[in-house]
Amino acid sequence: MNALVDFYAKHSRLVDQIGVNAIMALSLSVSLRAGQLALAQAAFMGIAAYLSAILSLNAHWPLLASIALAMLVSALVAALLAYPVRRLRGVFLAIATIGFGEIVRVFANNFSITGGAEGLSGIPNDATTPVIYVGLALVAVALFALSRTKFALAVSLVREDEHAARSVGVDVGAIRTLSLALGGAIAGLGGALYAHSNFFLTPADFGFGRMEQILVACVIGGVTNAAGAVLGAGLITLLPEITRAVQAATGANVDFFRELVTGVVLLGVILFAPAGISGLWRKRA
Amino acid sequence: MIAQQLLNGLFLGAVYALFAVGYTLVFGVLDILNLAHAAIFTAAAFAAFSLASMGVPIPLALLAAAVMAGIMGILLDRVAFAPLRARNAGTLVPLISSIGVAIVIGAVLRGIYGVDERHFAIGGAAAAPVIHLGTVRFTTVELLIFLSAIALMLVLGWILRATALGRSIRAVAEDRVAAALLGVDLERTIGATFFIASSLGGAAGVLTGLEYNSATIDMGGPIELKGLAVIILGGMGSVTGAVAGGFILGAVETLAIAFGLSAWRDAILFGVMFLLLVARPTGLFGKRTLRAA
Repeated sequence: MNALVDFYAKHSRLVDQIGVNAIMALSLSVSLRAGQLALAQAAFMGIAAYLSAILSLNAHWPLLASIALAMLVSALVAALLAYPVRRLRGVFLAIATIGFGEIVRVFANNFSITGGAEGLSGIPNDATTPVIYVGLALVAVALFALSRTKFALAVSLVREDEHAARSVGVDVGAIRTLSLALGGAIAGLGGALYAHSNFFLTPADFGFGRMEQILVACVIGGVTNAAGAVLGAGLITLLPEITRAVQAATGANVDFFRELVTGVVLLGVILFAPAGISGLWRKRA
Repeated sequence: MIAQQLLNGLFLGAVYALFAVGYTLVFGVLDILNLAHAAIFTAAAFAAFSLASMGVPIPLALLAAAVMAGIMGILLDRVAFAPLRARNAGTLVPLISSIGVAIVIGAVLRGIYGVDERHFAIGGAAAAPVIHLGTVRFTTVELLIFLSAIALMLVLGWILRATALGRSIRAVAEDRVAAALLGVDLERTIGATFFIASSLGGAAGVLTGLEYNSATIDMGGPIELKGLAVIILGGMGSVTGAVAGGFILGAVETLAIAFGLSAWRDAILFGVMFLLLVARPTGLFGKRTLRAA
């Protein structure tokens, strides 16, 4: 226990990052479960992060209120995005949503209210570790509860076979819109918590690199449960720190090594454990 | 002024097109998005830089780097795509494994070259002798870059149209199962496709490095996403469409700068791409034409 307390005292920021990254991985898993390769999660995160930061900085909103509005707005944006892309599938949906993400980033770069390329600073750091992990727990519980409903059944049907889903009366469009909006709301939570656990926000924080990171965490962990999301997020967050520690201890320049390990682990999981790390663990149990 | 910008756009567009034809070729044949294309683009630029700094003449360095990129493409396929093909993994999983390979290539480059920018000894396009033609001006290096890109695309067109390999590639793009039944060696054809696509992407990387006289670890970032827009403009899987898309992108980018819209350039580009995807997923020029090339 003491060791844990020690670790937290030294690395509380890392612990916070793992929580936020896990929430983001879960948010992506929602649309993936409906068979939608929608890669706009970083954009939803960015919209919510900026909105909650602006509400705190300019209007002095309390933390929870700014989180709530940020979640609502990014859910709404996600639902609105669902309409134009309703006919796109697979790679085409991925490209359209990547494009959407780039557009959002350019807007953040050019608006004065978002601070342009320099971004925003001085955001109150009131999303403490307990706040972040309560958020993560709530998301996990909500998704678990949802997994036992008819909605989840319809979602998996849409993923496996849209025509079959239609033929038994499932409104495919509604399921796709709802799952995107739900993913958007969760990404909004992640974004607002990110804003309130960092001092700065810049548009570059929410670019395609962030999207890749979320995707990697989601896939390495296994998309189907919260434990997997935490595992995946933990791995991608801790890897840089581990290599940094090795570097400090040995003096060797191993900076490139963390990326190498990330890439190799990602490939290994894709090729040898398609259900992710959590799937591997479950198979053995 | 406008003529000069259009000419600059033409030069820029040729390299975009060269990058995009490889991107779209893999999609046309395999229906997968290869997100390691930009990493190979970057690796080839660094390889050419290393060769040039050892005294290898630039044209030879370009050729060697393109061949190396092609071999990387074959390895990429063997590692990241072939095992997934064998188990029919769909479109999401190969996309992610290509990101994995891209991360690995980036890490290796970082390990070899660090994070510093590299310059070619010859000084890049801006330092070369200037040619004046009426009201426009350009340098000899820019002209050579342009001609190299055009020549490589013509070679690709010839391979696709007139050779047995080209017929196999088009057959596999049309219908993989039928092509296999008719005796096309699938794995060999796919391997050759990756070699061609990646060597063209690599050549685009070397030419970009020469154009700006710089190779950097993150030089592939912008072109990776812009390349997506280009292949959507042209129609996914269409080689001629990707060429046209590359030139359109080059023109739009230079004109955006000319009209003082450079801050919004990428938003315009991706906005057009988004609208096109939504309204006309087959691209500006209609059907996917790799099959008819």
